[in-house]
Amino acid sequence: MTAVEDRGGPAPSLAGSAGRWLGQSIPRKEDPRLLAGRGRYIDDVVVPGMLHAAFVRSDVARGRITRLDTEAARALPGVRAVYTAAELNPLVHETWWSMAGKEAVYAPGVCLADGDVRYVGDPVAIVVADSRYLAEDGVDLVELEVEAETPVLDVDAARAEGATLVHPEVGTNIPSAIPAAEVPGLQETFETADTVVSETFVTHRYLPVPMETRGLLAQWDPFTDELDLWIATQSAHEVRGFYARLLGIPESRVRIRTPDVGGGFGQKVFTLRDEWATVLAAKLLGRPVKFIEDRQENLVSSSSARDDRMSMDVAVDGDGKFLAFRAELVENVGAYPYAASASAAALVGMCLPGPYTVPAVQFSNAAVFTNTTGRAPYRGPFLMETVVPEQIVDVVARRIGVDPLELRRRNVIQSSQLPYQLPTGLVYTDVTPAETLDQAAELIDYEAFREEQAAAREQGRHLGIGISLCVEPSAIAFGALSTEGAVLKMESSGTFNLVLGSSSTGMSVETTMRQVAAEYLGCDIDQVTVTQGDTALTPYGAGTQGSRSAVLYGNVTRQVSLEVRDKILRIAGHMLEAAVDDLEVEDGTVSVRGVPGAQVSFGQVAQTAYAGSAMLPPDLQAGVEAVTRFTAPMMTFVNACHICTVEVDTGTGQVRLLRYVVSEDCGQMINPKVVEGQVAGGVVQGIGGVLYESFVYDEVGNPLTGTFVDYLLPTTAEVPDIEYGHVESGASNALNVKGVGEGGAVASPAAVFNAVADALAPLGVELRSTPLGPRQILDALAAAGL
Amino acid sequence: MTVSVTVNGEQRSAVVEPRKTLADFLRQDCALTGTHLGCEHGVCGACTVLLDGQATRSCLVFAVQATGHEVTTVEGLTGPEGTLTPVQEAFRAEHGLQCGFCTPGFVVSATALLAENPEPTDDEIRDGLSGNLCRCTGYQGIVNAVRRACGRQGGVVAFDTEPVTA
Repeated sequence: MTAVEDRGGPAPSLAGSAGRWLGQSIPRKEDPRLLAGRGRYIDDVVVPGMLHAAFVRSDVARGRITRLDTEAARALPGVRAVYTAAELNPLVHETWWSMAGKEAVYAPGVCLADGDVRYVGDPVAIVVADSRYLAEDGVDLVELEVEAETPVLDVDAARAEGATLVHPEVGTNIPSAIPAAEVPGLQETFETADTVVSETFVTHRYLPVPMETRGLLAQWDPFTDELDLWIATQSAHEVRGFYARLLGIPESRVRIRTPDVGGGFGQKVFTLRDEWATVLAAKLLGRPVKFIEDRQENLVSSSSARDDRMSMDVAVDGDGKFLAFRAELVENVGAYPYAASASAAALVGMCLPGPYTVPAVQFSNAAVFTNTTGRAPYRGPFLMETVVPEQIVDVVARRIGVDPLELRRRNVIQSSQLPYQLPTGLVYTDVTPAETLDQAAELIDYEAFREEQAAAREQGRHLGIGISLCVEPSAIAFGALSTEGAVLKMESSGTFNLVLGSSSTGMSVETTMRQVAAEYLGCDIDQVTVTQGDTALTPYGAGTQGSRSAVLYGNVTRQVSLEVRDKILRIAGHMLEAAVDDLEVEDGTVSVRGVPGAQVSFGQVAQTAYAGSAMLPPDLQAGVEAVTRFTAPMMTFVNACHICTVEVDTGTGQVRLLRYVVSEDCGQMINPKVVEGQVAGGVVQGIGGVLYESFVYDEVGNPLTGTFVDYLLPTTAEVPDIEYGHVESGASNALNVKGVGEGGAVASPAAVFNAVADALAPLGVELRSTPLGPRQILDALAAAGL
Repeated sequence: MTVSVTVNGEQRSAVVEPRKTLADFLRQDCALTGTHLGCEHGVCGACTVLLDGQATRSCLVFAVQATGHEVTTVEGLTGPEGTLTPVQEAFRAEHGLQCGFCTPGFVVSATALLAENPEPTDDEIRDGLSGNLCRCTGYQGIVNAVRRACGRQGGVVAFDTEPVTA
């Protein structure tokens, strides 16, 4: 209960049930303009005098710059400037991110490569010209020569004693690490367990790939020393603080505006060195400069993701009960990871037990610099907490001869065990892994598939089924991520403007937050508009990332709406000469319960509040607006079970998805269609990751997959219909919601992997790494002697 | 060089470099920014427009090649008062878009697909849209939108399970 509810007035009670607006699949407010081509994305923003940037980048993974001649480029008509490290790097003040903190170990905060290059794509010079065409002409005229050196590509070599350092200034190739904590009795548990399974799983490098690449338009006002920056970001306020520190100016002199953003998936939370260079170039030139990354840059030089290896041991007793998990995670974070090391290991370690009652857990980790593109957070950056346990559970099942569904049932946490404390210290209060496991198994008709599979095997066809059961943290709330603010203003007409610190990149925030506000205000959804994505207007917030919008923005919207509703009732009570407790609100009208005709509209309340303040009693301030801030619990656990079926063609190595079922529990769904849309998007990113997408380097660190012809995204032709089941349990917040943005991407890889492994297991094929493209499947068959 | 193209029924002319793409001509010279550039190498389909009625990637066509031809962009599909077409309405009803960046390309491709084949099978829908990439929706809402636009409702498999309250 919040203080607001205690101040009297009927507050709607919605726990566990749909409301007038909450729980309804309302068509999105965002859609008509986006469907009609009236969206406004970063490349659609045009200002007078705008120039265009393009970059000279290293095509060598590691080496010394022996020649950098910009004369010819500078001489090209239409080219306004060519800047290198010499001009830009001295302008950089500080380059730390509030989400990671100032004290973390960062890659050097150099804007452009200075003296040497450290990955293919490393920005060396920025060319600014009258058009993008001319800027690219200028890039072609810059003469860059690099004396190649042997790059650091392998995480084991990078960790070895005396290894070449990716960043000599940092003094280590391990920017962050977690040592294994002493767990009493663990060794004995592994020595005496009936079965111990030890495996190492590799998740290859695959990428966020938003359909809109990164981009920004920087304007510097030399008369006020202010930066006005339009940028495609998920976190306007984090970006604002960063550029204030980078430029050494107060935050109040930086304005960040986000237009419509064409997807982010983690890649657009932070901003990269080429973006810093664009801002600095605008400052030096005193003219607006736009940089729109091209697709090759996005794939090759902006950010990497995944590229994890985890070794795991599982101790099991004679009944198939898990006794202990032990894991070591090694993360390849590249050369310039986003925001310090970009390691997700702390979460992986804490959440490793996932949905299971495992009494003992030990975890260790190293994040490792290499001469490759730096890592960005990507939808569920901590997904190894689910991927590896779920994949090894199937190995355990095969080893001890128990069906994987049955093995999960023997170990899954039951609702009757809640609250449940994990050996890592976290406590689950509202999760339903057993219920989602049962629902998903029922939806896919698990037993019937096993029969179909057996019959298919008789005919030489290889069908498989894979389960992935997942409990994962949404709305991670510590440090700068802990809170969100909201401002809600009743306009003089009686409509509302809800102002949030979000920067929606497709998450439907405009629609869902209007649903929450209309529900708690008691008005039509069309009476509420949402303002977001402009730091000059919106309260400080961490933005739209980490499955936090429903929990953080949803709850702060509820809170601020109740405060405004309270004020509306007080004014209405005065106007109607009635006690607040006798009032009710419906469809934007306040009426006295049981007194027909005794009512005022929100419009009349607003008129009184703003134009008729003389009529208000002295203890009632004029106007109706509220500012508030919500603080979330440290983690809001959300759970799902994915089950899919596949057929593997052992002749071609092709995997075909047959069915895909998701049972999820995100608490009260604000908008079921939006929930299913989030799940589906994540699922298909996982399907793509396992079966199609793979970012590949050759032996000298040269990328081989720099276009969509080589880096394969799934299309309509590869993806089956996804079938959904929903479980709605409670949550430890007043709105009863849990974040659902990442879960689809977290759970799907192991489901697909396990299905393929299940199909091929009777042939003696053992799979331990992804991707599972035709080549890898044929290689695995060959390794099994087939 | 001078290009002269009929864009959304209106004659548009400009002096452009021969290397300027049709996509850039539409976005920069005609201020029609609904046509988006997602890859500029002809794979993602975000820049799809109708060129003489045929779905075409405008990043792979030079503006000068379009001289004398008719181009319809996503802006040209909607009615004068902003009325959405049945295809656009179906995308909205089926949550066929999230960030909206790929959406104009999908809307144009789906419109061309249904003009050619008003009653496509599921395989024909999936095949017909496989030249457009979306990263947000997992294609679920998109395929359902095309099913809806040709008179079939929603997914082929519908469980309609009521949420279980745990």
